[in-house]
Amino acid sequence: MIRVKNLDKAFYGKSVLTDISVEFEPGITTLIIGQSGSGKTVLLKSIVGLYDIDKGEIWYEDTLFNKLAFADKKKIRSEIGMLFQGSALFDSLTVEQNVRFPLDMFTEKSPEEKSDRLNFCLKRVNIINANSLFPSELSGGMKKRVAIARAISLNPKYLFCDEPNSGLDPVTAIVIDELIRELTEEYSMTTIVNTHDMNSVMEIGEKIVFISEGRKCWEGDKNEVLNSDCKPLNDFVFANSLAKKIKADAG
Amino acid sequence: MIRFLTQVGLYFQFLKKVFSKPEKASVYYRQTMTEFVSLGLTSVGIISIVSFFMGAVITLQTAYNTENPIYPTYLIGLGCRDSIILEFSSTVAALILAGKVGSNIAGEIGTMRVTEQIDALEIMGINSASYLVLPKIIATLLFNPILTLISISIGIFGGWAAGTLSGVVTSENFIYGIQYAFIPYYITYSLIKTLFFAFIITSVSSFQGYYVNGGSLEVGRSSTKAVVYSSVLILMFNVILTQLLLS
Repeated sequence: MIRVKNLDKAFYGKSVLTDISVEFEPGITTLIIGQSGSGKTVLLKSIVGLYDIDKGEIWYEDTLFNKLAFADKKKIRSEIGMLFQGSALFDSLTVEQNVRFPLDMFTEKSPEEKSDRLNFCLKRVNIINANSLFPSELSGGMKKRVAIARAISLNPKYLFCDEPNSGLDPVTAIVIDELIRELTEEYSMTTIVNTHDMNSVMEIGEKIVFISEGRKCWEGDKNEVLNSDCKPLNDFVFANSLAKKIKADAG
Repeated sequence: MIRFLTQVGLYFQFLKKVFSKPEKASVYYRQTMTEFVSLGLTSVGIISIVSFFMGAVITLQTAYNTENPIYPTYLIGLGCRDSIILEFSSTVAALILAGKVGSNIAGEIGTMRVTEQIDALEIMGINSASYLVLPKIIATLLFNPILTLISISIGIFGGWAAGTLSGVVTSENFIYGIQYAFIPYYITYSLIKTLFFAFIITSVSSFQGYYVNGGSLEVGRSSTKAVVYSSVLILMFNVILTQLLLS
């Protein structure tokens, strides 16, 4: 369980997030949605500690994360897996070395055990016969899957995904969404996904948090998202003409 | 002025982060060996070529500027040796390495920053500054003195080749000249300077790359800044170290 309380964040005096309070439960995929520039990525990076927050609290279980020193954050960070928007695979390492990297850094496993674990993770995300390829030789979808394999290699309790579908075609996007949902259930992870893709919302949105102009405007699930009274949310959900037509047809 | 002082403060904070305790020594050792190759061994070629021609031109310039019967020709060898040991193989080679290695480091780390690879390291709980920069600093501190010794040897050889092939000095006189009044401390002086310069090149370039903010344009700018700032600092420290070590 991750709890965020009254979080404020500003850059150079300009407020980006204001008074955000939200809870993320284990075994559930929570989607943070909102327009580009609404503050989703800043919220995600604040929760994982990449940005220091100006005000508020971030709790991982019973630990007040944002007050810990860098060294003390290590234990919690070893339980975090993160999928970045651009995958953030290490360019100079092969697929195998990328997935092995956290195992080399944080475990005392034997080389055989590490190989077993990395091959299991790669197989779990359907990456086969690509161990020796470099990130530059992979497609966008493969990069995301390798990044997921790296993120789960240490069996994390928390999984963060920043725009996992950006730059992917709709079919591959659904594959990635499904993979995130399955892994969340399989390992009972607390999963937080940043997205502005409504397909993802309808596929895996067990809990949805809508952010607009740095504030939390709405919270609910995928069944409620289409029937909300929140105007900014409706403007966002029914922004494209296809969605507008479906809404009009539904009466 | 405030911006300059902020940058200096940030640089020393960065160094503190770089020199904190490594997460896992075996991984750092492997990384240092990789940097040994990518920053050190790959520079042997350019340093050899530049040193050869540098030695050649110093010999020819010395010969043409001391063309007088009262000067013995072995002074050409002596002049070539001292110029190369005292200045060229440490300072000029460092300036060349600032261009080659400095831009490489700033570009690599800057790209890692803008593509969130550094964030990925931080998320894992790894001290990214230490993991990325410390192996580079150790590798250059160990390998740049070797490069300097290679540069001295090839520079003097280049001087001998140019001198004897052009006929401005005989082989015997040149060899006598490079042995004449030799002060071994000059080699120590040159190597001490090399260590300082290696540290400047690696730390300043890494600093420029590490704090890149933006996209590819900013990465390019950081590479340029890395070369410019490293070069200026090398020349500045050259004056300070010369005064301290030779006065």
